[in-house]
Amino acid sequence: MTTTTTGDLTRLTAVQMADALAAGEATSVQLTQAHLDRIERYNPSLNAFLLIDAEGALATAREVDEARARGEELPRLAGVPIAVKDIACTKGLTTTAGSRMLEGFVPPYDATIVGKLRAARMPILGKTNMDEFAMGSSTEHSAFGPTRNPWDLDRIPGGSGGGSSAAVAGFLAPLAIGSDTGGSIRQPGAVTGTVGVKPTYGGVSRYGVIALASSLDQIGPCARTVADAALLHEVLGGHDPLDSTSIDAPVPPVVAAATGTRDLTGLRVGVVREIGDTGEGSAFQPGVIQRFEESLEQLRALGAQIVEVSCPHFVYAMAAYYLILPSEASSNLARYDAMRYGARTTPDDSPSAEQVMAASRDQAFGDEVKRRIILGTYALSSGYYDAYYGQAQKVRTLIARDFEAAFEQADVLVSPTAPTTAFRIGDKMQDPMAMYLNDIATIPANLAGVPGMSIPSGLAKEDGLPVGIQILAPAMEDQRLYAVGAALEEALRVAQDGYVFEKAPEIEVRS
Amino acid sequence: MSNLSRDDVAHVAMLARIQLEDHELDRLAGQLDQIVDWVGQVNEVAADDVPPMSHPLPLVNVTRPDEVRPSLSQEEALANAPAADDGRFGVPRILDEE
Repeated sequence: MTTTTTGDLTRLTAVQMADALAAGEATSVQLTQAHLDRIERYNPSLNAFLLIDAEGALATAREVDEARARGEELPRLAGVPIAVKDIACTKGLTTTAGSRMLEGFVPPYDATIVGKLRAARMPILGKTNMDEFAMGSSTEHSAFGPTRNPWDLDRIPGGSGGGSSAAVAGFLAPLAIGSDTGGSIRQPGAVTGTVGVKPTYGGVSRYGVIALASSLDQIGPCARTVADAALLHEVLGGHDPLDSTSIDAPVPPVVAAATGTRDLTGLRVGVVREIGDTGEGSAFQPGVIQRFEESLEQLRALGAQIVEVSCPHFVYAMAAYYLILPSEASSNLARYDAMRYGARTTPDDSPSAEQVMAASRDQAFGDEVKRRIILGTYALSSGYYDAYYGQAQKVRTLIARDFEAAFEQADVLVSPTAPTTAFRIGDKMQDPMAMYLNDIATIPANLAGVPGMSIPSGLAKEDGLPVGIQILAPAMEDQRLYAVGAALEEALRVAQDGYVFEKAPEIEVRS
Repeated sequence: MSNLSRDDVAHVAMLARIQLEDHELDRLAGQLDQIVDWVGQVNEVAADDVPPMSHPLPLVNVTRPDEVRPSLSQEEALANAPAADDGRFGVPRILDEE
């Protein structure tokens, strides 16, 4: 390996970085500094990071290098830097969830996943931009300005985890943490040409992660390859007594699956007829469909059998989701009362606590957050609960049953991850309904709690931008995603003469 | 099926403790009416015999022994408060003056 200049180091995969560190071909300080240099140069163009912790990251890197020099046994990813979505609490480091409400909030504790990154001795480069409280599909709803897509600075990087995916796609970090409530890891992965995984619900602790919709939220890895994602998945996963929804079972063997056989003989891959159906035709762009069909051909060539399955209730998933999410969010975001933490606005005339709370919430929440809180409050209000929230929860049952039936006919399900490639910044900001359609293929998995992964399937012919394919598996069978994802990734790499992420253009420097 | 008026939105916003300004009410009322109309399609499908599913995991109550454990210090707990006084959160009046 030739890794003589710091510029080269950022192009390595996390697996290659870990190997280079173990072999003494690079130090963690060199690796970390190389990423910090790139962040300094390109973050003004991308706005992927809201906070950069150069000092903290380098301190961890130095400790790892010293420990390695002493011959200490270290975790596999020790010394490999990482970025964390600004939704996870980091002790002593400002955490905002992309909101003015939490501007300047410095958590007094670490989220469990952040503690796991520290135990894995991974330098934390900083906190990545996101849609406010993870509400959005484009990272345009951040109170701190939109993140831009490294493939084209005039386009969105997906959302809500656009900062994490842009950082990984732009080589500002080899790995990042995301959170996925309706597709916020997978959809940004698709439109930035990276790998994003939503583990089984409950497979990764949410303790210390700022809550959006508690029955849907899941933390997971953003990476450039399936094997890199698997390494991070195993760091993050596992039971946490501090999260009562945490599954008390071993982490599925995802690293073994990602590095195992590439032969998919006998595997049944289901294509869901209804995914992408808006009720008025397909939501998918032609170039997205074309790449998807080519991926199916690759899966066949690997020995898989493609079967069509029907999930008749998936067409109602979006509607159910946009009732359940706002309802849970309206409850979770009630904690922002301007009393214990968060922004406070005090009206002039000797106000009551209630008036201070109402004025503060109007001032500090953005439009999308207010829209969803009010929608959720309405859906839960007396007289409407049965017609909206109650009905949505029944639809959820029907979608879970659809998955059960589909997984009797197929081992995994596949679909395009997002209906289109990255759209232009500003194009959908005035039309919430058009924005919501971005999550049409990813939402069913959140409602049922099953795991999902997006891997790059190529570039769309019409615009040369990345397209993703989504793989879904039954709950607690996360390793199937990695086995299928790794095999398909390798087949596509050979067929397309390189990984998608390697084809990203150099980022234009804008200040 | 929905007809979410501007007054309805103002009422719900009050329940949600958000003091919307007039121009926000005008914009949100139209958008919310459209969204509520669309999400109402959940009424087309789920029959009475379908049980609601609130959560993807079969949850049981999780408890732990009632033992004193380390927690945040008073200073840490108050560190992010908009106002604090004498080791307590500083809040505006909660009860009416009379």
